Amino acid sequence: MTQTTYTGALDLAAGAFLLAAVLIVWRRELRAIVRLLAWQGVALAAIPLIEGMQQRDGALITVGVIVLLLKALAIPVLLGRAVGTEVEERRESTPLVNTTASLLITAGLTVLAYAVTRPIIALDPTAATRAVPASFAVILIAVFVMVSRRRALSQAVGFLMLDNGIAATAFLITAGVPLIVELGASLDALFAVLVLGVLTGRMRRAFGDTDLDQLRELRD
Amino acid sequence: MSALAGVAAALQVVGVLAGAPLVVGGMRQVRARLEGRAGGGVGQPWRDLRKQLRKQQITPRGTTVVFALAPAVVAGSTLLIAAIVPLIALGSPLDSAADLFGVVGLLFLGTVALTLAGLDTGTAFGGMGSSREITIAALVEPTILLAVFALSVPGQSANLAAIVTGTTHNPAQVLTPGSLLAFVALIIVIIAETGRLPVDNPTTHLELTMIHEAMVLEYAGPRLALVEWASAMRLTVLLALVANLFLPWGIAGADPSLLAVVLGVAAITVKVVVLASLLAAGEVFMAKLRLFRVPELLAGSFLLALLAVTTSYVLAASS
Repeated sequence: MTQTTYTGALDLAAGAFLLAAVLIVWRRELRAIVRLLAWQGVALAAIPLIEGMQQRDGALITVGVIVLLLKALAIPVLLGRAVGTEVEERRESTPLVNTTASLLITAGLTVLAYAVTRPIIALDPTAATRAVPASFAVILIAVFVMVSRRRALSQAVGFLMLDNGIAATAFLITAGVPLIVELGASLDALFAVLVLGVLTGRMRRAFGDTDLDQLRELRD
Repeated sequence: MSALAGVAAALQVVGVLAGAPLVVGGMRQVRARLEGRAGGGVGQPWRDLRKQLRKQQITPRGTTVVFALAPAVVAGSTLLIAAIVPLIALGSPLDSAADLFGVVGLLFLGTVALTLAGLDTGTAFGGMGSSREITIAALVEPTILLAVFALSVPGQSANLAAIVTGTTHNPAQVLTPGSLLAFVALIIVIIAETGRLPVDNPTTHLELTMIHEAMVLEYAGPRLALVEWASAMRLTVLLALVANLFLPWGIAGADPSLLAVVLGVAAITVKVVVLASLLAAGEVFMAKLRLFRVPELLAGSFLLALLAVTTSYVLAASS
């Protein structure tokens, strides 16, 4: 792989990664959000795969394949099963911040990410570190999604985006943490999704709804 | 600059004048066929224009010179854009004015002229249409400027010919994330600016949902023909401009030969026909957005344009 195609491919992967996060903020249908999360997983897995091919590093490619299977297949399938079958469960109820304002806040967060990561880029200006602002912006957007959504499932999606963002930052800055640490973190996320899936199911059975704002008060 | 470059610029204006109603007719025909109707034929807008132009000139009572001049301002500014932008050849005689920011300014001059005309009639629908149009225009303008800014970063110039030349020499830069995001943002903005679905329905006859049609409700006869013609020309020029900004192949150079000019005409015709058909085919599957959800769409496209600027800024720093 030549240097230009490597840079181009890495930029495209980072761009798609950020775009998926922005579209998750935009869309309200839960199924569409889960599908976008799967696409984000593909973009995330592409980063170690591209770097592994460039550096001819077998371990990185292995990590990339594992990330692809986990984040683009296993987790979205599990989340997709947690999406309710009832019609009113399929959409995010009105978020705390309306969509237009959320999109503008997302724009602000992206600019903020570019501003605060400048010292990191200045340390070691390679093609990979230049894409760090994109992954950092995904972390900030994920935190925003977690605090502004009401449904348990969308908050879980925010949590997984946060995990994706941290993993992407690690891949881009250090060309990947050691294999065993990466596996541990990824499996953690998988178990979190399993637990959240069970929890959402039980909540729906107990209360008939997963809107977390309605669970604030105690009742008998 | 050779004489042929001047000929090419003149050809652009004549081509847009003659071709714009055909583009609109073609889009209606594609739509009609996909919906299972026979359709009025590609030439129907031309027949409508001829009919309108033969009618008597009527000025509603109480309107001022603003109402009378607006169609001419819209048509004139659009024709000026058609003369400036590189559609057939690069070396237009107005090349020094071929600045993307200038083109955006001319575009909004036409929009504002029509909104003022809508207010000038003093009718409820005219005022409502103007208010909606200016709401959308106020949201569209920042997006269009940001998208333009993103496109001008790689070539380090906002001159249209310079941007197109840069893309011809380095086709890979079309596939960078910055340029792709700017493309999507520009397409959304053009749909909003020319009043197509899902922002405005160009074929609506229900006054409460109209935007562009509500403003021109009081026009009749030759003036109505001019307004319709101008809005068709705006659509054609913008489609051709986007096609050339992102897919500049086939455009003649700054000092063209006769063959290159002919080739340029053929290339731009093919590009506009393909783009317009795709747009019309896409519209079949879309419903009009609620007016209150339009700002959502435009905020989204603003965000895409902003991302385009930031990514192309970072990329330009790396190369």
